[in-house]
Amino acid sequence: MNRDALRQAILEELSDIAPDIDTAGVKDTEILREEYDLDSMDVMNLLIAIHKRLQVDIPERDYGRMQTLGELLDYIERQSQ
Amino acid sequence: MSDFRMPSMGADMESGKLVRWKIRPGDRVKRGQVVAAVETAKAVLDIEVFEDGTVRELLVEEGSEVPVGELLARIDGDEQTAGETAEAATAPRPRKAAPERAGPDDSHLPRKPAQPTRPGPGHESRPAASPAARRQARQRGLELSRLRGSGPNGAVLVRDLDQADDRTAAAPSQGFEPEAMRSAIATTMSRAKREIPHFYLSQQVDLNTAEQWLENWNHDRPPAERLLMAGLFIRATALALARFGELNGHYGPDGFRPSSDIHLGLAIHLRGGGLVAPAILHADRMSLGEITAAMQDLVQRARRGGLRGSEFNQGTATVTSLGERGVDRVIGVIQPPQVAMIGFGRPRPRPVAIDDALAVHATVDISLAADHRVCDGHVGARFLNDIDQRLQHPEGL
Repeated sequence: MNRDALRQAILEELSDIAPDIDTAGVKDTEILREEYDLDSMDVMNLLIAIHKRLQVDIPERDYGRMQTLGELLDYIERQSQ
Repeated sequence: MSDFRMPSMGADMESGKLVRWKIRPGDRVKRGQVVAAVETAKAVLDIEVFEDGTVRELLVEEGSEVPVGELLARIDGDEQTAGETAEAATAPRPRKAAPERAGPDDSHLPRKPAQPTRPGPGHESRPAASPAARRQARQRGLELSRLRGSGPNGAVLVRDLDQADDRTAAAPSQGFEPEAMRSAIATTMSRAKREIPHFYLSQQVDLNTAEQWLENWNHDRPPAERLLMAGLFIRATALALARFGELNGHYGPDGFRPSSDIHLGLAIHLRGGGLVAPAILHADRMSLGEITAAMQDLVQRARRGGLRGSEFNQGTATVTSLGERGVDRVIGVIQPPQVAMIGFGRPRPRPVAIDDALAVHATVDISLAADHRVCDGHVGARFLNDIDQRLQHPEGL
C-alpha cells in the first residue's frame, strides 16, 4: 500500500471514529490530539481500527512518537516493510 | 394491551420529536427492542419497548413533537411469550427483521436487521467510501450502505451521492444543535444547583501500582485487548457504589430511592460544545475488559448516534473523568435525579511521601459531589477511601 492509500485508509478510520471531524482538512504536520480534540478513547479506537485494517500493531510505549498524521504514516510504513 | 408512551430521557426533557418509527402495526416486538427514534435537545435516541407483544396501532406520526408521557402506540401483550421464548431458545429460527420504517409504500426498501444488543467498537460492515463522500453523505443525511459505489471495490465516491434521492435519505442527522444543547444543560444544571444541597470532598490517590499493573497488562496485548486507566476508575467506582447505597439512586418527590442496580453515567464531551452522560448499565457486573468495551461503545455512539433512551434515563450516579488533556481536579455538579457525581482529574506524576522519604508517583485527584439531603460527609469520605483502596489493588478489579 503506498503512502497515499495508507493516508486515505487512516483518514477513513478517523472519520468513522470521530464523524464530527472534517478529515479532508487534516494536514500531516498537525498534532492530532490537540488540533482535533481527540481523547484517549478516540486514540485507542483509532489504534484498534488501524490494527484491524492494516495489521499493524502499535505498542503502547510508541504512542508518544505519533503525534501527527505524518509520524503515524512514517511508523506504519516502517512496520509494514 | 398496554400503552407505549413518550419516555422522559432526562430532567430537562419536556417533549421529544418522534423522528422515526421502526415498527408498524402487526409487528411482533420483544422486550428491549428499539421501536422508535426520538430527538431531544441532546441527541437522537433509540427508544425501546419494555414488554413482548404485538403492535396494535401507532398513534403519532413521524415528525411530531410529543410531550413526555403522551401515548405513542398501543401494544397487545403476548400470552404466549413464555412458550415462544422457550421454543426460540431450543431451536432458533430466522425471524423477520423489523421494517426500517413505517409507511405506505416503502416495503421495497432494503431492510436492516434489528440492531445487535451489544454493538462492540468493531464495525466490519462499514461500507467502503472515500472520506469526502463519507463526509458529504453525513451532511446530506444519506446512508452509505444504501448507495452503489463506483470506486475501487465498490467504494462510494462523491459522484455516487447524486444517485441518491429521498428514498435513500436515512436516519435523521445524529448531530445536535449547540443552542438547544446549551439550553438543555442550563435547565438541568440550574435545577441541580437550585434544588440539591451539594457537599464536596476530594482526595489525592497514588496511582503508582495501578499504572505499573496497567503497563504490564497492555505490554504484549493487541490494541483491542488493552485497558485504559479510565476503565479502572469506572470499575473501582462501580464496586464502591455497590457498598455505599446512599450515593446510588434517584431523589424524587417522595425522597431518596436507592437503586440495587449500578447504572454508571459517563460524562462525554462532544466536539462542538456539548455534553452527554449516558449510562453503562449494570457496570458493577462487568469485568474490566467489558467495562472498557462498554466505554468505547458508548463514546462512539455518543459521537455517531445510536444512544438508547434507557441509557439516558436510568443512570444511578455519574462519573466525569478528564483524562490526560484535562486539569488536576474536577468538582462536578450532580445530575438530577441522581445524588452523586464522582470526578477524576488528570493523572500526573507528583511528589509523594512514602514513609519518611519522597518519591515521584503517578497520582490523580478524585472528588465527590453528593446530595446532603441523603447523606453526610462521613459516608462520602469512606466512599472515596474505598475507591482509593481498590485502585491500590488493580489485580482485584
